[in-house]
Amino acid sequence: MTQATAASNEQSTMNTAKADSPASGLAPTAKTAAELPKEVLVKWLYDMQLIREFENRTMQAYQQAQIGGFCHIYTGQEAVAVGTIGCTNHDDPVITAYRDHGHALARGMTPNACMAEMFGKTTGCAKGKGGSMHMFDRPNWLFGGHGIVSAQTPMGAGFAFAAKYENEVMGTGKKKVTLCYMGDGALDQGCFHEAQNLASLWDLPVIYILENNGYSMGTAIHRHTANAENLIDRAKGYGIKAAKIDGLDIMNIYNEFKPIVDECRENSRPAFIDLKTYRYQGHSMSDPQKYRTKEEVDTYKDKDSIAKLCSDLMNMGHIDEAGWKSMRKEISDIVRASVEHAEAAPIPEASELYTDVYANPQKNLSPTATYTHGTKNPLM
Amino acid sequence: MAVQTLVGAITSTLDQALAADKDIIMLGEDIGLNGGVFRATDGLQAKHGKDRVVDTPLDESGIMGTAIGLAIAGMKSIPEIQFEGFLGPAYDQLVNHAARMRTRTRGAVTVPMTVRVPVGGGIHAPELHSDSPESIYAHSPGVKVLMPCTPYDAKGLLNSAIKDPDPVIFFEPKRVYRTFKEEVPDEYYEIPIGKAKVVSEGEDLTVVTWGATMFQALEAIDSLPEDVSVELIDLRSIYPFDMDTIAESVSKTGRCVIAHEAPLTCGMGAEIAARVMEECFLNLEAPVQRVAGFDTIMPYYKLENEYLPEAPRILQGITECLAY
Repeated sequence: MTQATAASNEQSTMNTAKADSPASGLAPTAKTAAELPKEVLVKWLYDMQLIREFENRTMQAYQQAQIGGFCHIYTGQEAVAVGTIGCTNHDDPVITAYRDHGHALARGMTPNACMAEMFGKTTGCAKGKGGSMHMFDRPNWLFGGHGIVSAQTPMGAGFAFAAKYENEVMGTGKKKVTLCYMGDGALDQGCFHEAQNLASLWDLPVIYILENNGYSMGTAIHRHTANAENLIDRAKGYGIKAAKIDGLDIMNIYNEFKPIVDECRENSRPAFIDLKTYRYQGHSMSDPQKYRTKEEVDTYKDKDSIAKLCSDLMNMGHIDEAGWKSMRKEISDIVRASVEHAEAAPIPEASELYTDVYANPQKNLSPTATYTHGTKNPLM
Repeated sequence: MAVQTLVGAITSTLDQALAADKDIIMLGEDIGLNGGVFRATDGLQAKHGKDRVVDTPLDESGIMGTAIGLAIAGMKSIPEIQFEGFLGPAYDQLVNHAARMRTRTRGAVTVPMTVRVPVGGGIHAPELHSDSPESIYAHSPGVKVLMPCTPYDAKGLLNSAIKDPDPVIFFEPKRVYRTFKEEVPDEYYEIPIGKAKVVSEGEDLTVVTWGATMFQALEAIDSLPEDVSVELIDLRSIYPFDMDTIAESVSKTGRCVIAHEAPLTCGMGAEIAARVMEECFLNLEAPVQRVAGFDTIMPYYKLENEYLPEAPRILQGITECLAY
């Protein structure tokens, strides 16, 4: 699979390419990132830059009021989604919170489907009915996108339960690991503690990936959670393997995260990872950011994960200035095309109000006054 | 007398309440340093201190439970739940505990707590951020449910809620937080809980509504022919609700249209329609007409205005009810 097709807006096809190739759909086998094939490393850079560019365009579209509701931008955290998903098989389930555009793209959702969803258009991943916080992509094993903080963490345990059951009881022989992402705000919700208890009690192969960007909305971590410097001790309290990983360096993520994925898969056990990262933008697009300084943001921008990987790959001879420039140009074109696609895509029909509420639409639901805005009320 | 928006009136009322009563403690997500997602508590932490305007983690169950504990222990707690959808994680504490405490203890333990919650659609947000769950809580004995839609009413009802000895859910229709201003007296005043407001008097038909839909109803009524006279009632208190005012009005006009954002089935309109039937049966000239949201999940953005009971649909409801 070439870079162009990997992130283009065409449906990607998983074939039987050799292991360690992104096209195989299988996690790489290399012990360290430095030993990974050039193809994999360059694809990481491509995916991270795609997310960066996509998010910058998303912000523009939001500011132009083409995107409704709330919009949580992933820039700064690109290495986390790309690096951790890069350690998994394509059919390992992924579930995350509402800052989800990066995971969707890293999992293989097309920029067109992702952008159109935010525009509320029918070609979006959920027909424009979910929006920014609800990215779902079944073929790519992405199960949201969830708008209530930490609500995804017990669901992550459920996916792991299903995978374990399929393997051990149904005998599929397929060992899957579920990746369940969460922000540091989710640490404080009760359901996360319930999820950890169940995951450990029932030996569920789920990895809770804390994308620790230091802020729960506008509240710094030391103001919102106890013993913030030592989060992995909590997981250990549940008997869950835990590790702290620098999330700004994708090569480091692979080196430290990959063995944990392999271990959880093999032993059917949960894990908790405190991945230190940073978001460049506010919590959402309507955040006055009174809680941090521009200097602090700049400190992290100096350690930018894309710049770091790019420089590493240049030192390794995997990419040169010209290659990097043409990659950025290609990505820029793809993302611009996704905005144009979203602008041109149709708005859902009013009759969509009643689709997918139940499997079988019920007659006589809501026998309210005749529908006057758009199409006729489908139940009248 | 200051000219204020709905959100401005809420901020200044909270400010005055904090200054007047040291027992009041507010808790919520980003309500302090950041001033709240809708800036409803802007500046209050700086003025009244971190011990009284408390930034919490994102844990609605914890916020609600702590607020209940504070209230039982003799404080007056005012938790903020950031969006009505986030009441979900707090539901157990609110309905299974706060609402039942007085009954459960035969009056020995009470929960004087005011839960502030932005509510409703119209701001292009998706589900969980645009829902209208007021009837769920009206159906939960032990809590009172308010939803003022004007700055003046917000101040008077918020003061009554804070003073009330039982738990009150104070829904704030976020769509009209900043859409219009009116004069709000500087001094303390209360508006009794359970009392509706007759916004305009009329002879031909009664419209009952609340929250942001009030303004859609006004728009609909404005577009009626001049010889049609409509009595508009802003319910304000969802529970307890003012059936006397509604019954008196419908007995006079003989026709009733109820408009609300929440889904039609088992919405508050269903209860009001049943009561109108019980109390005004012999005066009714037409079936009670409801104009409501549909029985579906609050849609995202592009379909929002299709879902909401906007002025044209209310107008149609009025027209059909008059023509019956």
